[in-house]
Amino acid sequence: MGNRQTLRRRLVRDFLLNKYLYLMMVPVIAYYLVFFYGPMYGALIAFKDYSPMKGILGSDWVGLKHFQDFFGSFYFLRVLKNTILISLYTLLFEFPAPILLALLINEVRRKKFKRVVQTITYMPYFISLVVICGIITDFTNADGLINRMFMFLGYDGQAMLQKPELFRPIYVLSEIWQRIGWESIIYIAALMSIDLEQYEAARIDGASRLKQMIYITLPGLLPTIMIMFILRMGNLLNVGFEKIILLYNPVTYETADVISSFVYRKGLLEFGWSYSSAVGLFNSVINLVLLITANTLSRRATQNSLW
Amino acid sequence: MTEQSWGDRIFTAINYTLLTLLVIATLYPLLYVLFASFSESAQLLGHKGFLWKPLGFSLEAYKSVLNNPGIGIGFRNTLFILVFGVAVNLLMTSMGAYVLSRKNVMWNKVFMFLIVFTMFFSGGLIPLYLVVKGVGLLNSLWSTIIPFSISTFNLIIMRTSFMGIPDSLEESAKIDGANHFTILFRIIIPLSMPVIAVMILYYAVDKWNGWFYASVFIKDRNLFPVQLVLREILISNSTDSMSSGASAGDRFQIGETIKYATIMVATVPILCVYPFLQRFFVKGVMVGSLKG
Repeated sequence: MGNRQTLRRRLVRDFLLNKYLYLMMVPVIAYYLVFFYGPMYGALIAFKDYSPMKGILGSDWVGLKHFQDFFGSFYFLRVLKNTILISLYTLLFEFPAPILLALLINEVRRKKFKRVVQTITYMPYFISLVVICGIITDFTNADGLINRMFMFLGYDGQAMLQKPELFRPIYVLSEIWQRIGWESIIYIAALMSIDLEQYEAARIDGASRLKQMIYITLPGLLPTIMIMFILRMGNLLNVGFEKIILLYNPVTYETADVISSFVYRKGLLEFGWSYSSAVGLFNSVINLVLLITANTLSRRATQNSLW
Repeated sequence: MTEQSWGDRIFTAINYTLLTLLVIATLYPLLYVLFASFSESAQLLGHKGFLWKPLGFSLEAYKSVLNNPGIGIGFRNTLFILVFGVAVNLLMTSMGAYVLSRKNVMWNKVFMFLIVFTMFFSGGLIPLYLVVKGVGLLNSLWSTIIPFSISTFNLIIMRTSFMGIPDSLEESAKIDGANHFTILFRIIIPLSMPVIAVMILYYAVDKWNGWFYASVFIKDRNLFPVQLVLREILISNSTDSMSSGASAGDRFQIGETIKYATIMVATVPILCVYPFLQRFFVKGVMVGSLKG
């Protein structure tokens, strides 16, 4: 009894003391409820046959039908494979690129050169995705810049974005081109906190620049790398689908269609709302599981974790 | 750094070479677009190999782009989204960040958990579409503003920065009779200008570059932001409407250069401000990474 009394009193006191704070929080909470928790509730339609006339509550329950349809369909393996492969390639090639760049930039002693490299390499990050994809589309045309380079070397020109086997390399390479400079900033920032005395000591021991880089700089970066890695894992299945939607076409669906682009097409272009929500929900759940797994593993292995 | 071993010298040489190659690989595609946009379309079409300067000189493509009514409407819509969007972003994010940065508020831990959770789990695209439809924002410029009032990541950056402001300032303001609104807008925000500047830049670039949700939520062509107009020209290849008046063959030729001119028109504004933004962004990344 007494306990409940104090809790109530504490609540009242807290409210009276902070009533303006709560007032400020009202729009913020409302925003999160409507636009984040609203869709989470709306994801219920994955278990229903949603009809706009009946609304979310009124539509009929169908249980796991849409999930079964998806798992049983020809698309399931294709989009899953594409999603995983594109993510893995990105993780393998695009993720280390900025780390490497940061290490190289860190070794540059000339301030001016350093600044020029940094300024230019992170310029593409500011160009909009639409424009980037426009440039990619144009350069990979049968007579585009990249093909001209190949023709220069004696190959035949071909519309590269019409070739399913070239989609992933184009995707990953252009990712590197656009993001390497920008993503290196975070590592360069982390490098500044490495103790200079370690280098001093290594130099006295006769370690070369390369060795210093491998044995001092790289380990110093490890905590940052781990955090970035965990964040990346949590988004593994959210591969940049905006870019994929801009770049793919029916000919390349075979290698380019990922879960999110599939959700977009089935849901918004073909109005399979319930089915598409089921696929989206599957995506979100896997993401959450991956994030938690990566975080746990990292905490055990390196003591670095998000929580 | 006076005495260097041979190994170190080779290392330095390789390092500089790699970085120089990277700079060229980053810069050349953009220079190519620049040169191509000023080229005579007929010459460009017949050209094979690299471009080291414009082939001939022509402003035709730029004229077509700037005369295209779609581009004008697009820039106007984007400006609307930018101005009102960033204003909403700042107001909402700073209020949220302020409340969540206060100690002694009973529910803050719960609020914080509920907010951070949304970073890792979402209902998905279709349910979001249904919500936006449900609140009647479909086919309005506000559909690219209201549903994106706060970026949780930015909220966390701002909260961290607000937490760094000494409590004593707040205490003394309270003694002078200030309420929380006054404290936020008269004390906290003026003291946090660097982080606010970073937020403005983050949000503004988002708004400037955003196209996906606009393409999902907006069907009326008169409401298309500039990026959607660009998508039509660059990705769907519909330059025909822009070269009207020219003969079919000329149209095809001009179409090529129009694409490049469009890229320039869309990119030059951001590249012009970018050297000034760069410092702020770098600062923002550091704030976000080291303290967050």
